[in-house]
Amino acid sequence: MKNLTKRFGEVIANDKVCLTVRRGEILSLLGENGSGKTTLMNMLSGIYFPDEGEIFINGQPVVIRSPKDAFDLGIGMIHQHFKLVDVFSAAENIVLGLDGKAVIDRRALSEAITGISRKYGFEIEPERKVYDMSVSEKQTVEIIKVLYRGADILILDEPTAVLTPQESEKLFAVLRNMRDDGKAIVIITHKLNEVMEISDRVAVLRKGSCIGTVDTACTTPRELTEMMVGRSVTLDIDRPSVPRGEERLKVVDLTCLSEEGVTLLDKVSFSAYGGEILGIAGVAGSGQKELCEAIAGLCPVQGGAILYAGEVGGVPLHENLVGKSPMEIIRKGVALAFVPEDRLGMGLVAGMDIVDNMMLKSYRTGKGPFADRAPARVLAADVVERLSVVTPGLSAPVRRLSGGNVQKVLVGREIASSPSVLITAYPVRGLDINSSYTIYHLLNEQKEKGAAVLFVGEDLDVLLELCDRILVLCAGRVSGIVDARWATKEQIGLMMTHSGKGGGKK
Amino acid sequence: MTARSKSAHREPLVRIVKRGDISTRKAWCIRALAALGAVLTGALLILALGHNPGPVYGQMIIGALGSKTALTETIKKAIPLLGAAIAIAPAFKMKFWNIGAEGQIMAGAIAASYFALFHGQSLPRPVLLLVMMAAALAAGALWGVIPALFKARWGTNETLFTLMLNYIILGFERYLQNGPWKKPSSGGFPKIAMFGESAKLPRLFGVHIGWIFVLVLVVAMTVYLYRSKHGYEIAVVGESEPTARYAGMNVARIIIRTMLLSGAIAGLVGFLQVSGANYTLTENTAGGIGFTAITVAWLAKLNPVVMVFIASLLAILQKGSGRIQTEFLIPASAAEVLTGIILFFMLGCEFFINYRLILRPGKERKHG
Repeated sequence: MKNLTKRFGEVIANDKVCLTVRRGEILSLLGENGSGKTTLMNMLSGIYFPDEGEIFINGQPVVIRSPKDAFDLGIGMIHQHFKLVDVFSAAENIVLGLDGKAVIDRRALSEAITGISRKYGFEIEPERKVYDMSVSEKQTVEIIKVLYRGADILILDEPTAVLTPQESEKLFAVLRNMRDDGKAIVIITHKLNEVMEISDRVAVLRKGSCIGTVDTACTTPRELTEMMVGRSVTLDIDRPSVPRGEERLKVVDLTCLSEEGVTLLDKVSFSAYGGEILGIAGVAGSGQKELCEAIAGLCPVQGGAILYAGEVGGVPLHENLVGKSPMEIIRKGVALAFVPEDRLGMGLVAGMDIVDNMMLKSYRTGKGPFADRAPARVLAADVVERLSVVTPGLSAPVRRLSGGNVQKVLVGREIASSPSVLITAYPVRGLDINSSYTIYHLLNEQKEKGAAVLFVGEDLDVLLELCDRILVLCAGRVSGIVDARWATKEQIGLMMTHSGKGGGKK
Repeated sequence: MTARSKSAHREPLVRIVKRGDISTRKAWCIRALAALGAVLTGALLILALGHNPGPVYGQMIIGALGSKTALTETIKKAIPLLGAAIAIAPAFKMKFWNIGAEGQIMAGAIAASYFALFHGQSLPRPVLLLVMMAAALAAGALWGVIPALFKARWGTNETLFTLMLNYIILGFERYLQNGPWKKPSSGGFPKIAMFGESAKLPRLFGVHIGWIFVLVLVVAMTVYLYRSKHGYEIAVVGESEPTARYAGMNVARIIIRTMLLSGAIAGLVGFLQVSGANYTLTENTAGGIGFTAITVAWLAKLNPVVMVFIASLLAILQKGSGRIQTEFLIPASAAEVLTGIILFFMLGCEFFINYRLILRPGKERKHG
């Protein structure tokens, strides 16, 4: 790629980026949020068209107008959000959208898929329906889909964000096999340890420009971070020691069922104390979401109790939150900063500006029928400044901010309400290192203020460094609570899947 | 591999690129060009029909705005359009697709007519008018809240529901017109009697005072949508129901409340129609206004102030095309095509304000 430039209106997402990917290598693409990684890859895969610059494949200049062109050129992209049809089987998803005869030769297809799987070390059942699959299986289908179409250049956008450590290892083994087979692989990731582990070379983007490409063997995480951020940063997460406060939240035998009657939470019991960060670990879909929502009053509870001890206006309060409406729970000082998979699904209103989003929970304050935007405006300005949110202005719709900045707005608002219990789910999901540290710092601040912080996370390294205790969920059950200072990654990894059947099942 | 041979793609001929912020002046230039394009294209159509475009356009303008009577008639067309568009706005902002304004207008009209026809003599004029208005508000609200209740409770589809309610109320009106409310002297052509003087809305500057009602509504709805807590809640529910619940909002209550309001305003429009414009109830009292109002609301991007202009434009076009039908014997369908052309250009130009087209550079680069 030579001098690729892409503008969105007046924003320059990529500025004269030059990048080379060789056959038989894994190239990591590293950069902060909004540094243009995804835009760059989207130009390669035909989703965007570059405003300037040229793309060469095997020395030939090419023009990629559509994803179909990209496929024809052997470029395949595996997106962060899977594009699969749930009610179709793996095999059906793989041939979806391909030209061909009206009748699909299922046996030949199955064989072809099994062939690809065996060659690179995938595990897949071609006839399994997608809705039955775990996240990592879905990802496998996506990868085979592009391989089946003859891709030589594979682009993976944050493939490990949704995987357990064990699943990530498996994926890396597959990627290495593909590399040895002569494929060119580009992997976008934020996790430096993965970059060091898997890639041959690393390209670093900062603010839309390519800062440089280095051989992984001759670099260190520290050096990469400096390239990314543009200055030196420390990579250690603080864990300030704060004397453990009183018991703020006591959850006893909490049980939740889905609408179909599937058990989502099964007799979950734990306590959360002020001045402590309680980590919650688990494979995706083990009940983290339901746990957070049950505490916030958003998820119907079938059994058990959530006992809350706090104070309202100086008066001590002991109450069971089960059966209370979300409104009452917010008033008691329980704040939920839930960052869902799509970041904007809940917690923020995509089409509204930062000011309007700031008043989402507080708009009722003040008498009369009119909403007072003045405090929200002050708060918005404050959050933008303190968390250094990159935004065209306070009146820009949140949708237009990049993922990391969206999360800062969300977490900033929840913290501003000075909650006594702060629940954060995946607050650093997809965030770059710099922003992640800002968020960790904010959580520590809340902890020092004496709030009980629940931190649902996916990166075990972070959980181990940041939290005081870690509660491990597996298929809706608590498989244990460990002291984060002594626990090891392997121990937690095992607890995440301890039921033996694997945590992928709901 | 055959794929390689395809690498000789050329850059696409035309690319669409989103614009950044565009200067107001430039945007108005584009709109002016679009207006010019509309006039020219319309002229081609008129020429094809064998008329001289100049006089035809002239008559359109004269027909809509040229005399006091014409202007009054145009305003009378704009009033219900604007009122119904305002009624729809909060529902649409909530992404509750209320396409039942038509029926809600009719419900309001029927309720108002009941008092005009059967209590017209017994009540003094101001009281009668107030009672008619209250009845229309209540009936419209009732017709609007039924689908909301079902949506809030059982998640039914409001689009179909509101649409079907239109036909029910229209059928009810036909029943009244042909049966219990039929004017005895109307014979084989069933009609409802004209209202008495006390049931007619007073006029101001030659037009019934409905225009004051709708202008007040424009201001009130603007404030309601953009400044009030309710308006904020409506916007949040419209964007994302899970977020609204997360923020502690009672989504069902907001849906019901908003549809009560939407229906009530539509009902008020029904009252204005029977009491201000027609002085009686017919099956054409709503006459498609509830549907045209969707166009108005949508084109105005749900902004009540912009609706004033869109509703006026539509009323002018309707009135003007009516004039050229009689003046030049241009068929109604052709007049409608002309209206369509003008709307198409005026709306289509918004695309060019938001996006920019980039042509392939003239000098072709050699690829492959």
